[in-house]
Order: sequence, then C-alpha cells, then structure tokens
Amino acid sequence: MTRQMTGAKMVVQALKDQGVDVVFGYPGGAVLPIYDEIFQQNDIRHILVRHEQGAVHAAEGYARATGKPGVVLVTSGPGATNAVTGITDALMDSIPIVVITGQVPTFMIGTDAFQEADTVGITRPCTKHNWLVKDTDDLPHKLHQAFHVATTGRPGPVLIDIPKDVQFATGDYVPPRKADTGHYRPRLKASRSEIEALAVMIEQAERPVFYTGGGVINSGPAASQLLRELVDATGFPITSTLMGLGAYPASGRNWIGMLGMHGLYEANMAMHDCDLMIAVGARFDDRITGRIDSFSPGSQKAHIDIDPSSLNKVIQVDLPVLGDVGHVLEDLLKIWKSRGRKVKKDALKKWWEQIGKWRKRNCLAYAPSDKVIKPQYALQRLEALTREHDRYITTEVGQHQMWAAQFMGFEAPNRFMTSGGLGTMGYGFPASIGVQIARPDALVINVAGEASWLMNMQELGTAAQYCLPVKQFILNNERLGMVRQWQQLLHGERYSHSWSESLPDFVKLAEAFGAKGIQCSDPADLDDAIAEMIGHDGPVVFDCLVEKHENCFPMIPSGAPHNEMLMGDAAATDAIGAKGAVLV
Amino acid sequence: MPVLQIKKGASRRSAYDLRNPNADGEERHTLAIVVDNEAGVLARVIGLFSGRGYNIESLTVAEVDHQGHTSRITIVTTGTPAVIEQIKAQLGRIIPVHDVHDLTVEGPTVERELGLFKVAGTGDKRVEALRLADIFRANVVDSTLESFTFEITGTPEKIDAFADLMRPLGLNEVARTGVAALARSRVEPR
Ligand SMILES: Cc1ncc(C[n+]2csc(CCOP(=O)(O)OP(=O)(O)O)c2C)c(N)n1
Ligand SMILES: [Mg+2]
Repeated sequence: MTRQMTGAKMVVQALKDQGVDVVFGYPGGAVLPIYDEIFQQNDIRHILVRHEQGAVHAAEGYARATGKPGVVLVTSGPGATNAVTGITDALMDSIPIVVITGQVPTFMIGTDAFQEADTVGITRPCTKHNWLVKDTDDLPHKLHQAFHVATTGRPGPVLIDIPKDVQFATGDYVPPRKADTGHYRPRLKASRSEIEALAVMIEQAERPVFYTGGGVINSGPAASQLLRELVDATGFPITSTLMGLGAYPASGRNWIGMLGMHGLYEANMAMHDCDLMIAVGARFDDRITGRIDSFSPGSQKAHIDIDPSSLNKVIQVDLPVLGDVGHVLEDLLKIWKSRGRKVKKDALKKWWEQIGKWRKRNCLAYAPSDKVIKPQYALQRLEALTREHDRYITTEVGQHQMWAAQFMGFEAPNRFMTSGGLGTMGYGFPASIGVQIARPDALVINVAGEASWLMNMQELGTAAQYCLPVKQFILNNERLGMVRQWQQLLHGERYSHSWSESLPDFVKLAEAFGAKGIQCSDPADLDDAIAEMIGHDGPVVFDCLVEKHENCFPMIPSGAPHNEMLMGDAAATDAIGAKGAVLV
Repeated sequence: MPVLQIKKGASRRSAYDLRNPNADGEERHTLAIVVDNEAGVLARVIGLFSGRGYNIESLTVAEVDHQGHTSRITIVTTGTPAVIEQIKAQLGRIIPVHDVHDLTVEGPTVERELGLFKVAGTGDKRVEALRLADIFRANVVDSTLESFTFEITGTPEKIDAFADLMRPLGLNEVARTGVAALARSRVEPR
C-alpha cells in the first residue's frame, strides 16, 4: 500500500502519521516546497518564530510539557546554523526533538552554493543522530526512523537534512508501521538479579537517599508515580537535580529539596553522609557532585539509567542498573514488596532526626527588605500567588534560575523547563512559547534575568502574533548576576563586563510589540502587580526591579565537597581557592 | 549477593583522576565495531574519539557484508580500564553501531596488519634486505635496480621489528594498514 508523492508532501504526511500537531519553523529557499505543502493543509499548525534558535527552544518547551517530540522546520545554511544552540541544548538535556532542515539540491552539494552549509557535519556531535537524505524513496523511512530514535532510549534531538531536489522529486511513501526504523532497540528492563541486589541494599540501608534526575521525567508520568510510591513506602528521603524537579512533589513528606551547587544544605549533607545512594535517571553532573574525590565518601551507590555510557562515567558505582526508570522502579517495587517490604525503621528514624537538624540551618534565609524587592521575595510571592493555578515555569540562566528552583514548588513532572546541561541564556522565553502552545489554557511563566531575556526577546513578536499569554517575569538586577557573583567570590570583586548597560524600557518594549508591560520596584506593590500580570489575557513583560547585588546561596564553591557549603555573604568572600577558580 | 561484599567507600574514585593521560594502568585494547555502512558513520566514530579526548593508535575500516551493508571498524586504543569502558559505552550509543567487541578481553585473538616497505639499498645492503625479508616471510611485490618493495603481514610488533631492521638498509617509504582482528575460534551466530 505505497503511495506516490513528492518528498515535500512526504514530510507533511509523515508528520501527520507521527501524530504531530504543531511545527515551529522559519522558511527559506531550501524548504519552500515543504512550506508550500504546509500551506495546503490544516492538520498541522505552523508557528512562525522570529529566530531559528527560538524554534528549537520552543520545540523543547513543547516536548517537555507534553512528553511528545517537538518538531522544527528551518532552511539550509543560516537557518540550520542558527538552530545549533537549541539542538545542543536538547542533546544535553535529553529532550526529544526532530529537526528538519532544507539543503541545496544534491547536484550542488559541495560547490559552496548559496546558503550551503555542511549541516549534518556541523550537527553530528550535537544530535543523537542525523541524516542527509539523498533519495526521495529513502525519505519516509528516515522521517519515521527520526521519530523512533528521538523518542526511544535516552531521548534526544535528531536532524534530517533534505536537499531541495529530493523535496521536489516523487517517490513511494510508506506509513510508520511499514517503515524500516533500523536496529536501534535499547534495553528497557533490568535483570532480576540486579533488582534483587538493589532491594537488599534498600533493606539494609541505615542512611539512604534517593537522588533523582531528569530521567525520571523523561521516562513518563508512570515513572514519577512509581517513584512516589517507592519513596513513600520506604520512607527514604529524596532529593533531585534541577532537571528532575516535580517528579516527587515539593509538598511531599520525604522531600528534602534540590541538591547541587545551589542546592539545599540538608540535601547536600544527606548526599555526603548517606550510606546508600540510589541514583535514578540522574547523571552525576559536576554541578551535583562538587569535588569528586570527596563525593559521598562512605556510601554504596546504585545507579538506574537507560544509557550505558552514564553508568560509571563520573562516579564508580557499586550497582549499575541498566534500564528504563519506569520499568526498573516497577520491578523493584514488586520484588521489594514480595520480600516483605523491609527497611531499617529505627536507623531511618535517626537519619531523619539528623536531616531535621540540617534543615534547622534554614539555608535559604535571606535578609528581607521593605525598601527594595529581594529576588527571593519576588519568587516567594510569585509562588504564593500562582500555586493554585495550572502552572508551568520556564527559566533563563543565571541567579534567577537557581532562585526559581529554590523558591518555586513543583508538584508534578513536566511543569518546570530550564536549560540544565548547556545553561543556555535565551532558552526560557521561546520555551515558554512552546509550553503555551502545548497548554493553551495554562498559566505559563518564564522566570528571567534581564540579560538572558534580551538574548531571544525577538520572540515577543511570536507571542503577540499568536496571542500567547506567556508571562515574562524578569528579575531585573541590571547585572549579569551570576557572573557578577563569581567575580565577587573569586576574582577580587573586579566586575569585568558583568553589568547590563543601556537596558531598554521594558514596558515600552512590550507595548511596541503590542504586549502588556508592567514595572514594579516597591515590595509593597508587588502582590498587586503580580495579580495584574496573571489577570491579563495576553503576553506580559513584567520588569521586576530587584536588589542589584544579591548573591545566590547556599553555594558549593567549585572544587569543594558537599559538606563545605557557603551559606551567606559574610562567609563567602574569597572562599574559593585558586584550585577551584580554574573549574567552571 | 556479590554487590554487597564491596567494601564501603570503594566507589570513592575520581573520573578526573582516571582520565589523567599519565596515569599508570593504561591498557591497549583492540575493539571491533560492526556498523551500518551509512554515510558519515566513520566520521561519527572518529569524532567521538577526538571530541572526548580518547586515543586512536590505529584504525581500519571496510565494508565486510556487501548485501547487509555492514562495515567492520577495527580500532586499537589505549586508556585506563575506566576510560576503555567509557569508550565502549559511547561507541554503543552511536545509532548505526550494531556491536562493539573488545577483542582484548573477549579471549584470544588473531591480529594482523599489512605493511608495504620500499627499501633502496645497494651492494651488501640490498642482499641483506632480501635475506631478512625471507626470514620475515615478506614478499617482494615490486623491484627496480635501485629498490625492492616488500609486502609483509603480521602483528604490529612483527612489522615494527621488520621496520627497525630495514631502516639501516635503506628504508625509503612505509605504508601500513593498521590492525584487522578476529576472535580466535569463536563462531559468531549468523
Ligand atoms: C548564551 C550564554 N552566554 C553566556 C552565559 C554565561 N552566563 C551564565 S549566567 C550569566 C548572567 C545572566 O544574567 P541574567 O540573565 O541577567 O541573570 P541573573 O544572573 O542576573 O539572574 C551569564 C552571562 C550563558 N550561560 N549562556
Ligand atoms: Mg540580571
């Protein structure tokens, strides 16, 4: 049952057959045939962004909200190179996206043709896989395989480069179920003996901690549900990376907060002093481990991950468990229950007492003010006033990002989108657009820094065009705050190029695009201003003028172990030695 | 359960330490990688090694199954055991890769390399080159009045040794293929 059609039509047909309902893109010469097909149908909605990087981040936001792959369509040459940052971001954070790029016709490849770039060469190291398709008959297979690869195993970005003559030529279309999707079939279930070993570890642990990451969320809602069941049944404390927030609810009984460089004191201390660490879909990133040779020195470590290369990459673990988080947790629960649901209750009680003592340090404390808005206060109010909404939070990168992670509570997975691995300033605004497209009725807020936000502010045009009521909550400290903080702590307070000069009037800027602008600088006005932002049915740029020199604490300085956290400004100055200064 | 016998704190190792190129305990491994022979697959493998800072001592590649379009890449690499494990895991992640075999740990192997040596000597040296070639079972594949071209197959060590002997005898040019290797007497399921 093959059907003859042009390559361009195949692209649209394959997207439909893959259940795609929206594409984020930007046209150009090398994708005109595909855009012509998009024009002639109504099943797939095309969102015209204002920059190709924005298209990719929007697709990431869409993917992270829905669990479905995000789709991007851009032209050859500059269209493709503009997309590279977004693609790398998706690779680092394991976000499933399919990027379709146009290419110069096959007979012109290699001639330095107009808008020719070696797209598959450029994106080879920043995609999970990519193809240049030179034959229209191969196209449907590669399109379907792209979705298979992007969404199977550890998810990631896949790119298909399609020369213009391949789009014009006619070939046989095949539907997904008849397509050759190759031999890629990652292992989902772990072996029984591995899982039994993990159950025994759980039974014998006296100071356990679950350390969870983005892999739980990528594994799907069922994995988060199973994690909650396991955590509650064992009574073990649980911490999470930035990427994993929401998998276990922030209001949950066993939640001890985010860990890592700007994580909570109690979470990092629990990691350092535990006797059993169960890493679930997390990858021992350097923001998490701190100094590696002092990382949780007295613990046995188990690591559940779907990617074999994550196991024993940074930290040698005692029990690597290769498999999908959802599958492994399901089997683990079953086996642990069938063995009698045993844990060391008395030891656990003592462990929780210890954690309670660490909690008393109240590590997120800051000096309040009634004159100037403290960024932490702004986020506490934002949290309080939006908690009851169907709410999604994206962020840019910097201090505001860490404060958002510390002060906003995430009760469900797929609600928090932030650039964790690549740390891409400019991620949050387009990501919020992708989320709003996926969840038209939800309250979508991008917690931003003024510098990051400017990096993709052109997307205000997209938000205005599609009437997307995304809220841009900018914590404006007129500084590249995180850079300034590092310069204060380890470069002798020499603030080299870390302030935001010549900032626009954000209210006027918003109005210039037909959006609403709000400015707030007095703590007394903040609640009303936030309420006004929430109440406005349309895009809002909220310029929240905050304390300019606030630092983000706690902080594990580079090169320090978990139990040497900096807790506040006084203790911080010059605390990072020369050795830590070379680390990023 | 063997896992529980691991002494507490045994995982207190640093990947940064392990990656130190001067660290002792570096091993030499021969990896055989079976891949779909699609465009760019070799660039992917090489890009992995350069991008992540792994070593390549030699690399050979050719399509070995013309019907199935699969190629076999043989890579000789060095690294600490942890790095070798990481290399294998990273190779396994490449989508067109079917199998990664670490021939060095999977049992005895046959490793062969082919070398071509042009030796330009006169008088006694020319005779001596011919005599040594005979001992090494190298074949003369081309000769002129000034030179011989020898073809030799064997382990890389044997070819190194041959090169050392030819050097004082007028060694002019060398071409080597890099190692091709198979596991000994283990029949792969087909
Ligand atoms: C594209 C990009 N360039 C540079 C950086 C380095 N960087 C990290 S945070 C930061 C400052 C961000 O400033 P702002 O967005 O105002 O956030 P703040 O830290 O002030 O909250 C910079 C420059 C980055 N992460 N991404
Ligand atoms: Mg700022």
